[in-house]
Amino acid sequence: MLDAAFFRQWLTSAAALVDREAERLTELDSPIGDADHGSNLQRGFAAVAATLEKDAPTTPGAVLTLAGRQLISTVGGASGPLYGTLLRRTGKALGDAAEVSEQEFADALRTGVDAVGALGGAVPGDKTMLDALVPAVDALSESFGAAREAANEGALATTPLQARKGRASYLGERSIGHQDPGATSSALLFDALVQTAEAGRE
Amino acid sequence: MSDDKLVGIVLVSHSGAVAESVAALATGLAGGGSTAPVAAAGGTEDGGLGTSSELIAQAAAKVDRGAGIAILTDLGSAVLTVKALIAEGDELPEGARLVDAPFVEGAVAAVVAASAGADVDAVEAAAAEAYSYRKA
Repeated sequence: MLDAAFFRQWLTSAAALVDREAERLTELDSPIGDADHGSNLQRGFAAVAATLEKDAPTTPGAVLTLAGRQLISTVGGASGPLYGTLLRRTGKALGDAAEVSEQEFADALRTGVDAVGALGGAVPGDKTMLDALVPAVDALSESFGAAREAANEGALATTPLQARKGRASYLGERSIGHQDPGATSSALLFDALVQTAEAGRE
Repeated sequence: MSDDKLVGIVLVSHSGAVAESVAALATGLAGGGSTAPVAAAGGTEDGGLGTSSELIAQAAAKVDRGAGIAILTDLGSAVLTVKALIAEGDELPEGARLVDAPFVEGAVAAVVAASAGADVDAVEAAAAEAYSYRKA
């Protein structure tokens, strides 16, 4: 079973990974975006980590909704409301249970991913974060490791796609040949999930 | 007509200068006396390009007269942030809604309609109608 401490650790690990990878995310965002994905997420996740340390919510749902709210209010770019919605809807779907099973988490995360699709009007294949999130959540019932692998594969598979959403879509065919920064940062969330689960087993 | 019945207008752009300028343009063209309350929420809190949910919430609170608020946005994160704030439920005053309209033309139409005392449905319709005006 997964408790609030697990989810706090997950998001803290995600913040550390985003911090480490910020430069790479921004590099990916410079040919097809406005070159701020890394710095925007770095600011947002740093705020999440700081808030979770200060407030320490006691249920998984509360951890995720608080983190989502922080992302919406601090990121400053489109990834803020998108990741914020992902975490908030997942958190709300978990309700106020003190502990949740891995399957309950997988189901809740699917609700969150669906909400991201609805907010941005995107579907897999549009070269967005959904190209990592959707396969990852499909694999999550199997294992966290499988979800990580699916997210990484999904992110890599965005390279040949033509963007149909967001600023990159204005580039038309010139968006082809670049890996999507949003799908790449989404894959980091599943890296952090595996790290957190492995740390818990030690 | 008392001012406190007017619909408020919030203009959200990625740029502070754009939001302020469109607000000035819309109130200028609505002209002829007092206009509906209009607030600009452009750029990030530190003056950069982007969207700030804090600035949007502040602008909405500033123009709220209890008659509803029409929010017009430009691109990407401005649209998504307003949608996310509305979905939150408690971040914006009651009756705040995102209006699907072109930013500049919609802002002028919304401010003119709101200044004439239109309710929020009519303000939304006036702003959305700006899409039907073809330029070529």
